[in-house]
Amino acid sequence: MTITGIAAIGAGLAAIGAGIGIGKIGGSAMEAMARQPEMHGKIQSSALILAAFVEAVALFGVVVALLQG
Amino acid sequence: MKINIFKNVILSALFLTVFNIGFASETKEAGDDEKFDPKEMIMHHVKDAHEFHIIDWNGKPISLSLPIILWTDNGLITFMSSEFHHDDAGQEVVEKNGDKFVKFHEKIYQLNDGASTATFDDEYHVTNASKPLDFSITRNVFMMWVSVAVLLLIFIGSARSYKKSKNGVPTGIAAFTEPLVVFVRDEIARPMIGEHKYKRYMPYLLTVFFFIWINNIFGLIPIINGANLSGNIAFTFVLALFTFIITTVSGNKNYWKHIFWMPGVPVPIKIFLIPIELIGVFTKPISLMIRLFANITAGHIIILALMSLIFIFKTWTVAPISVAFSLFITVIEIVVTAIQAYIFTILSALYFGMATEEEH
Repeated sequence: MTITGIAAIGAGLAAIGAGIGIGKIGGSAMEAMARQPEMHGKIQSSALILAAFVEAVALFGVVVALLQG
Repeated sequence: MKINIFKNVILSALFLTVFNIGFASETKEAGDDEKFDPKEMIMHHVKDAHEFHIIDWNGKPISLSLPIILWTDNGLITFMSSEFHHDDAGQEVVEKNGDKFVKFHEKIYQLNDGASTATFDDEYHVTNASKPLDFSITRNVFMMWVSVAVLLLIFIGSARSYKKSKNGVPTGIAAFTEPLVVFVRDEIARPMIGEHKYKRYMPYLLTVFFFIWINNIFGLIPIINGANLSGNIAFTFVLALFTFIITTVSGNKNYWKHIFWMPGVPVPIKIFLIPIELIGVFTKPISLMIRLFANITAGHIIILALMSLIFIFKTWTVAPISVAFSLFITVIEIVVTAIQAYIFTILSALYFGMATEEEH
């Protein structure tokens, strides 16, 4: 397997991790919003920020894969 | 009301499809005679360039040439990029003041004395040339000036409209900018920095928010060959550096105490935590830099990759699927333009808030 192939697998693994993370954040945010609709705005903005943190880790993986690929 | 929304969605979809055809025409030129290489086309689009290539018409490129400014051993040398005649393979040699220059993969090389053409080794590195300092007005620099001009027009216009209106009610363009400014103030600066100190940071936060947003939007317009400015690591590096400098300069005693000698933690753990916290000071702006860069670049790459599917399979039957998918991604990217600007601003505000927090 070439280094490009390994880089592609790495990018895929990063995407899986981010998918699980953002899925959990989105699910919990939805649940929280359904329980407390009056907190809708606050929950949404903090969910977005948390999603950005999770996504950043995945994007580090993508950038490393891009540099290798 | 419902019909109205439906009509709007259809109209914007049509509008965006025209944009996507713009991307497609850009894709086609590479695949006419030689084998189509999606990687090269995408990288050409994502990277900076020395000319503003708009479209190929009957095999002839229509482009805007930009000035090339070089600092060599013999001083400053300037000429227009049109003198390379759209050559990017290092074949066309331009001679100025006795120095010879070639352009290879959007980098300008100065040929060594005595050499008349550029030679390459097996891995396509130029062997007989050196790189002069390049201060050229490239595509990204040009687009940055355009976006600065647009921002100036918008905000000088809104400032004027406040001067004219008698009771402070926004009119004209200010009716569009005021909600956004109020959003940055009430949703980003106030909750993150605090009621007493947020005013000091408002100018920076507003500048960053609008600058990133407008550059993200300009990057999505393919007709101007989408200069990928906010997907350029140097651009995001400078913005993150500003956030880092402001955070470090405005850090109070409490902030530094929490980094170097955390209160309420046993001494061995304090010693263990110092390097971690110190690394954290630098990783925060670095993650800001990578997040913006990678998000925008990834969006561009996905749209172009979906478009290149047509030219990889060489059949029109893939076209509807690929256009529909890239339309979908384009719509998501339009949301991402605003979200990324919001995230960069809110995280900057969060770091400023951490730096200025009082002891409690």
